[in-house]
Amino acid sequence: MADGYNKPIPIPQPESDNYWEGAKTGELRLRKCDDCNQAYFYPRNICPDCGNNNTSWIVASGNAKIHTFAIVHRPPHPGFMDDIPYVPAIVELEEGPRMATQIVNVEADPSKISIDMAVKVVFESITDEISLPKFEPA
Amino acid sequence: MPVMDKLKNLSGTAAIVGVAESDKIGRTPDKGPLELHAEAGRNALADAGIDKSEVDGVFTAGYSTYDVAEYMGITPHFTDSTSVGGSSFVIHIAHAIAAIQAGYCEVALITHGQTGRSDRARAGGNPGLPSAQYEAPYGIIGPPVAYSLAANRYMHQYGEDRTREAMANIAVSTRKWANMNEKAFFYDTPMTFDEYHDSRWISWPFHLPDCCLVTDAGAAIVITSAERAKSTKKGGVSILGAAEGHDHAVLHQMPDLTRTWGRHSGPQALEMAGLTHDDLDLAMIYDSFTYTVLATLESLGFCGPGESPDFVADQRTAPGGDFPLNTNGGGLSYTHPGMYGIFTVVEAVRQLRGETGKRQLDDCNLAMAHGTGGLLSSTGTVILGRD
Amino acid sequence: MPVMDKLKAISGSIAIVGVAESDNIGRVPDKGPMELHAEAGRNALADAGIDKSEVDGVFTAGYSTYDIAEYMGITPHFTDSTSVGGSSFVIHIAHAMAAIAAGYCEVALITHGESGRSNRARAAGNPGLAGAQYEAPYGIMGAPIGYSLAANRYMHQYGEDRTREAMANIAVSTRKWANMNEKAYFYDTPMTFDEYHDSRWVSWPFHLPDCCLVTDAGAAIVITSAERAKSTKKGGVNVLGVAEGHDHSVLHQMPDLTRTWGRHTGPQALEMAGLTHDDLDLAMIYDSFTYTVIATLESLGFCGPGEGPDFVANQRTAPGGDFPLNTNGGGLSYTHPGMYGIFTVVEAVRQLRGETGQRQLDTCKLAMAHGTGGTLSSTGTVILARD
Repeated sequence: MADGYNKPIPIPQPESDNYWEGAKTGELRLRKCDDCNQAYFYPRNICPDCGNNNTSWIVASGNAKIHTFAIVHRPPHPGFMDDIPYVPAIVELEEGPRMATQIVNVEADPSKISIDMAVKVVFESITDEISLPKFEPA
Repeated sequence: MPVMDKLKNLSGTAAIVGVAESDKIGRTPDKGPLELHAEAGRNALADAGIDKSEVDGVFTAGYSTYDVAEYMGITPHFTDSTSVGGSSFVIHIAHAIAAIQAGYCEVALITHGQTGRSDRARAGGNPGLPSAQYEAPYGIIGPPVAYSLAANRYMHQYGEDRTREAMANIAVSTRKWANMNEKAFFYDTPMTFDEYHDSRWISWPFHLPDCCLVTDAGAAIVITSAERAKSTKKGGVSILGAAEGHDHAVLHQMPDLTRTWGRHSGPQALEMAGLTHDDLDLAMIYDSFTYTVLATLESLGFCGPGESPDFVADQRTAPGGDFPLNTNGGGLSYTHPGMYGIFTVVEAVRQLRGETGKRQLDDCNLAMAHGTGGLLSSTGTVILGRD
Repeated sequence: MPVMDKLKAISGSIAIVGVAESDNIGRVPDKGPMELHAEAGRNALADAGIDKSEVDGVFTAGYSTYDIAEYMGITPHFTDSTSVGGSSFVIHIAHAMAAIAAGYCEVALITHGESGRSNRARAAGNPGLAGAQYEAPYGIMGAPIGYSLAANRYMHQYGEDRTREAMANIAVSTRKWANMNEKAYFYDTPMTFDEYHDSRWVSWPFHLPDCCLVTDAGAAIVITSAERAKSTKKGGVNVLGVAEGHDHSVLHQMPDLTRTWGRHTGPQALEMAGLTHDDLDLAMIYDSFTYTVIATLESLGFCGPGEGPDFVANQRTAPGGDFPLNTNGGGLSYTHPGMYGIFTVVEAVRQLRGETGQRQLDTCKLAMAHGTGGTLSSTGTVILARD
């Protein structure tokens, strides 16, 4: 673990091993249902729409737009004490699904960030196993 | 899908005959959560004039019915520990009337108790859940962050300035009600619009007064058949409609950040009751955040999408206004131990009974109580009528 | 107390139309618990020939309905996450019956999934609970120790040698059934009486084969109205009677260590169904431990207190015996992921449908499925009939 990293760290699960392995290599991997021909998030072996198992992994472009964001001034967890104010967000990926993330490399000011703004994925290595996909202005 | 003909037959078959809080609410560092459950349960049974030995249905959330029933010395024949966060205790009413109609129990006791303020124990999360993997690592932890994300989307769609003014209106009007409720955390603390706008940020776009309190509190409700309710101490408050449901767990899966499941549970409960919005004298709407109220009023159909800033304008929801809302002072200014939903019902029953002293509404015959749970995830709506 | 006239009126008003396990059970390290829920749910819906979009009631335990519904892509109008351990999924049938009768939902899906064997995540306990304060410090943790304390009390009251022989009879007869079920963990592994007696101690008086397995598994049940059941793929198995309840949480609070709440749920479910013990062709009794079966048979009224050892003597419960018991191989030898109750229902439905291959009973028209949860704390009993 990176020294001093004391924020929540994802623990990969059977269905998300591949997702987190992808993130470690700089790929944002999504599940796609080959029957519905539709990508979805978060990773599940069974399509949440049609319920079939005919699903595969794809690599997302990493292009997205901000669906919403906030600016946190009171940390909800001691690990974020040094980060405030930080910018959590939900982004809509080019492939369709939405995911939760943080917007980085931007000033945490509502006048500098806007909904529908284009962003692209960047990966932040937090442990030997885990890199977090975050997004920065495109 | 829900079968309205059957639900209409269910309307009015059960009644709330007892409601209460724990002996003290607010900050109770000397009491554990189970004790608050038990105090509230005992007090609600006393309010109903029903002996504990007659309770045969136990409903709770946060704890197992095992723990609450054993603590109180109850051996239930029907048990329900469905937990969907703050809406749990409201949806328990739907479950209770179904169980009573079916014959599974005759006296249902719904209890709540949390020491949100004084907590000594916090449960660890399950790392297999989507929230632990896909939201928490980004600092999307806890309701203020998640709800602020939803609120900003609303601002984007419907206008930042008018949304801000609506949030201020809710915060201020709710505080005015709290100033009329001796049990309210902010009973002695008024708040002006300027104080609202000058307060510190928690998670932009939320100021501190946009966010509910964190308190210690318990509450309980006793429900029995309409027939049996007649012979209880205060008679019954009739349950005319009740509905529930949910459409997501984690926030980023919410289909539309500006619309809650209230869009289903509101119309269903009203139709079951054979009533419309205009028939209601009081709305008790879970106010985890000021924004929650705005999104909920629209979802329930009190007004259209994007219209709630106009709906709540000019302190219309404050004492003396023509849309009385959250007359106990709400989760924002009265109490909010974590899962507040049960308190919306307690206040609605008291208003219908005429027990609320200086904040008593002149005319209160029909009320709605509405709970929201999770991250705007689950809702429960009940319609209550004075018998 | 439960109102028998009302309960009789809803007897037979709902039917089980689909049952299934997850794709694999036993040891499934590559799948998480929610995936097991979803697989079992999908398979049970396929068994019923009902589309997922028609599910409007979601019932589960261990997880929130939030998590399961979101994972599967279901938006429920009725939700129930009552958790009383292993009996949860049996008592959910009572809840589903009340909800369907009331009109809250039309198609109820009950799902289960646990990676008992391969678990990567264990939730921390709540230090405020009685178990954490008053039992765990003494090493009274987990089911084998709690249940062994109860079993020894039974031995003391009713004779050690005959109790031991009865426990051996249950272990061996249940293994014989497992040897006829390809899905059973011990399908290929017979067990003699000598092997039972020579096996190692887990918590005296329990040998290893007195204790249930720890596996990975999921299962699900689909329920709808008796009317609608007629048009499903396989027709319905009618729910004639169902009852639930509990009388303690932690073991040291159990009123009588030899009597479970089955003393209420057994008679209530049978009376609701208008049947007696002799009418039943199959008993599926939760066998967390061999002792659980003995105490449960007595509590349910199949025999009197202390008579369980005689009742199960001479392999009467084995294949070919005149009291077929746990024909899937039970929690002892088929599967037991942690909360096994749902599998008693799955097997009862399959026996009633005639789908169980070499272990199929010649005559199976009426069956009881019975779950036990917690530390002999909660029970749920359901009476099922071939349509």
